Amino acid sequence: MSKSRKTLTYLIPLALFAVLVGFLSYGLTTDPRKVPSPLIGKSIPEFALPALMEPTRQVTQEDLKGRVSLVNVWASWCPSCRAEHKALMEIAQQGRDGSFQVIGLNWKDERDLALEMLRLFGNPYAFSAFDPDNDVGLDFGVYGAPETFIVDRDGIIRYKHIGPVDEEVWQQTLSPLVEELKAKS
Amino acid sequence: MIPELGHFALILALGLALVQSALPLAGSLTGNRTWMATARPLAYGQFLFLAISFACLVQIFLTDDFSVVYAAGNSNTLLPGVYKVSAVWGAHEGSLLLWAFFLGAWAASVAAFSRSLPVAMVARTLAVLGMVSVGFLLFMLLTSNPFDRIFPPPPDGRDLNPLLQDPGLAIHPPMLYMGYVGFSVAFAFAIAALIGGKLDAAWARWSRPWTTVAWAFLTVGIALGSWWAYYELGWGGWWFWDPVENASLMPWIAGTALIHSLAVTEKRGAFKSWTVLLAITAFSLSLLGTFLVRSGVLTSVHAFATDPTRGVFILAFLGVVIGGSLALYAWRAPAVSSGGRFTLVSRESFLLANNLLLILLTALVLLGTLAPLIYEALGLGKISVGFPWFNKMFLAVTPFIALTLGIGVVSRWKQDDGARLVRQLRIALGLSLGVLLVSLLPVFSGGRLWVPVGLALAAWILLSHLTSLYERLRHKANPGAMLADFLGHSRSYYGMLLAHLGVAAFIVGLTMLASFEVERDLRMAPGDSVEVAGLRFEFEGTRPARGANYSAERGRVLVFDGERQITELAPEKRTYFASAQTMTEAAIDAGLLRDIYVSLGEPLEDGAWSLRIYYKPYVRWIWLGALLMACGGVLAITDRRYRTATRRVGVPATAVPARA
Repeated sequence: MSKSRKTLTYLIPLALFAVLVGFLSYGLTTDPRKVPSPLIGKSIPEFALPALMEPTRQVTQEDLKGRVSLVNVWASWCPSCRAEHKALMEIAQQGRDGSFQVIGLNWKDERDLALEMLRLFGNPYAFSAFDPDNDVGLDFGVYGAPETFIVDRDGIIRYKHIGPVDEEVWQQTLSPLVEELKAKS
Repeated sequence: MIPELGHFALILALGLALVQSALPLAGSLTGNRTWMATARPLAYGQFLFLAISFACLVQIFLTDDFSVVYAAGNSNTLLPGVYKVSAVWGAHEGSLLLWAFFLGAWAASVAAFSRSLPVAMVARTLAVLGMVSVGFLLFMLLTSNPFDRIFPPPPDGRDLNPLLQDPGLAIHPPMLYMGYVGFSVAFAFAIAALIGGKLDAAWARWSRPWTTVAWAFLTVGIALGSWWAYYELGWGGWWFWDPVENASLMPWIAGTALIHSLAVTEKRGAFKSWTVLLAITAFSLSLLGTFLVRSGVLTSVHAFATDPTRGVFILAFLGVVIGGSLALYAWRAPAVSSGGRFTLVSRESFLLANNLLLILLTALVLLGTLAPLIYEALGLGKISVGFPWFNKMFLAVTPFIALTLGIGVVSRWKQDDGARLVRQLRIALGLSLGVLLVSLLPVFSGGRLWVPVGLALAAWILLSHLTSLYERLRHKANPGAMLADFLGHSRSYYGMLLAHLGVAAFIVGLTMLASFEVERDLRMAPGDSVEVAGLRFEFEGTRPARGANYSAERGRVLVFDGERQITELAPEKRTYFASAQTMTEAAIDAGLLRDIYVSLGEPLEDGAWSLRIYYKPYVRWIWLGALLMACGGVLAITDRRYRTATRRVGVPATAVPARA
C-alpha cells in the first residue's frame, strides 16, 4: 500500500463519523414525536378492509366521513398500545354523544389475539379495520404502532400523533383540535 | 445554603478540570516536569469538589429541600429513605452529576494507581480525562444545573417515577455509568499514547485492567436493567431493542472487542492501531448513548428528559471529542508499526475474526437504532425497525462468534497447525455434534430449529474450554501445582474461562426461553383455575393492601403441580399517592430452571381481572451468564502481572513489542 493510500485508510473512521454527525444534526431539527406526515391536509387514502369484529363486513374510507374521527393504529403485540388503551377508553366515552368517533386500524396483528385484547381490556373503537399485512398501513405511512390520525368530517387528515396517547396529549393537543374541527362546518 | 455550596463546588471542579486539561498536557509537550506533576493533585482536587457537590445533592434529597427544582420534581416527603438517595440519579440533572462524579473518581484512581507509569503518560492521560470532564461540567452548568432554585418552593415534591422505586433500578444507573465512564480511561490512555506517538505492549498492559473493570461494571449494569424490565414492567420481557437499551449495548459489544484486541496487543504487539481505534470507538459509543438518550433525537419508552438545546450542546461536544480523536488517529496511526506477525491459523487470526464479528454486530445495532432517522433524512420515507429485525441480525452473527470462540481458546499464538487443532478439538466437536443430533429429536426440540443450534453452540463453548483446561493442567505434576496455577499465576486465564462459560450459559438461557416460554393473557374471576405449561393456577381474587407511599390491590394466586401446591403468588396493582400513577408489580416464583410469572392486568367486572400468567424456562441463565462474564472480568484483573506492574516503582515500563 502506498503511503497516501494508507493515510486515506486511516481517515475512514473520521469520514464515517462525519456522516453520522450529519444524520444526528438532521435529527435534532426534527421532533420525532411530531413527524409531519405528508398526508396532512390531504384526503385519507382509499382502502377496503374487513372489519376486525365482523370479518365479512368491509370497511372503507367512506365509513369515516360525516364525523370527526380519531384513527388509532394499534396491535395486541405492542406494549405502548396497551399502555394507551385506558386513555382511549376514556376518550371514546367522551365521544359517545356522537360528536366524534374512535376508529381502530388493527395493524400487523392476528385476529384472535386482537379480539382477545379487546375482550380483556374493553373496546374503545366504533370499529377496527383489520390490516394484518400492512396493506393500508403502508398507504397511511404508518411508522410504528401506536399512531393516531385525526381526520375531519370530510375525510381530510388534520394531524398525526406518534406514540401513545395519554391524558396529557389528549388534553393539550388532540382534544382542542377535535373541538375545533367539530365546530367547523 | 447547601444547594449554593453544591453549585459552587461544581464550578470549582470545572475550574480545576480546565487547568487539568491544559497544564499537564502542555508540560508533557514541552518537557516541563513541574507542570506535568500538577496532573495528580488536580485530579484529586477535582474529585474532592465533585464529591462535595454530589454529597450536597444527596443531602438536599434526604432533607426534602423542595426549593431545589430538581428535588421538587423527583422526590417526595413520603418516599422511603433509600429511594430518596436513588432519586438523586432518577432524572437528567442528577444522573449527569453522577456521571461527572464517577469520571472524577476514575481519574483520581488513575492518578493513584499509576505509580509505575512514565510521568508524561500520566500527565497526558489525566489531561484527556480533564477535557472530557470539562465538557460534562460545562454541559451541566449551562443547560442542566441540578441546584437551580424555585421560589416559592412547593409544599411537596412531585415524586420519583414509581417505575424507578425499586432496588434493581436504584443500583442499575450507577453500575451502567461506572461502565460508560470507565471506558473513558481506556480512551484517555489511547489518546495519550497517540499524542506521544508511542503505542506499544506496555500501553496495552496499562489499559487492560481499567478496560476490564469498566466492562464488568457495564455488564452488571445492563444485566440489572434487563432484570428490572423483566419484573417491573409487567410484560415479562427482558430485552426490547429500545434505543436506550441499544445505547448501552453498543459500547458493551465494542468494549468486548476492545478487551480481546488489547490482549493481542499486549501479548503479541499486533493490532496496535486497530486497538486504539476500538478504545476510541467504545468511549464514543458511550457518549453517543448519552446523546441519544438526552437529545430527543429518537423516541424511546425510556426517554425521560429530552430537550433540543441540550441535544445541540451534546452534539457539539461529540463532534469535538470524537471528531478530534479520530482526526488525531488519522494523523498518528499510519506511523504505527504493524508489529507481531502471525499466520492465517493462529490465535491472532481467530481473535481478529471475533473482533470483526463483534464490530459487525455493533454496526448492525447502530444502523437499526438510527435507521428511522437515516431513512427520513434521505427522504426515503419512514420505517420502523422493530424486534424481528434486531433478533434476526443478532441470530445471524452470534453463532459465528460462538464457533470462533471455541477454536480461538485452544489455538496457539503466532502460528498453529490446522491438523493439530482438529486433533485437539475432535472430542469437543464430536460431543457438540452429538448434542446437536440428540436435541434435534422432536421430543427435545419440539420441532424448533434453534433449540439444537443453541444447545450445540453452548456445548461447543463449554467443551472446547474444558479441552483447553485439560491441556493446561495435564502437564502439571500434582494437584498442588494445579492449585498454584489457579491461585497465583494465571488468574486472567481462569477469568477468561469463567467469562466464556457465562457466554455459554447466556446462550442456553436465550435458546430455552425463546423456544419454550408460555405466555397467556387471561380473564379470571375469583375461584377460576387454569392450566398453563402443565401447572394449575388458582386465582382467589384480590384484596386491598397498603405500602409506605402507595395503596394496592393485591391478588392471590395458588400454583399447583398435580395435587402439590408449589407456591403462592401475590401480584399487585399499585397506585402511588403523590403522582396517582398505577404500577404493576409482578409476582415471580424464581428458579434456576424456570420462573413462574404472574401479573395483574386490568380489573374487570365482578372482581374478575385480566391476568398475565407466564412460564419462563431458564430465564435466569441469561442474567447468570452476564454475572459470570462480569465475575470473569474481575477475576482476570486480579492476575499477578498487573499487581507486579504497579509495584515496580520507578522502573520505566516500556516493554519492547514482541516480534516474530
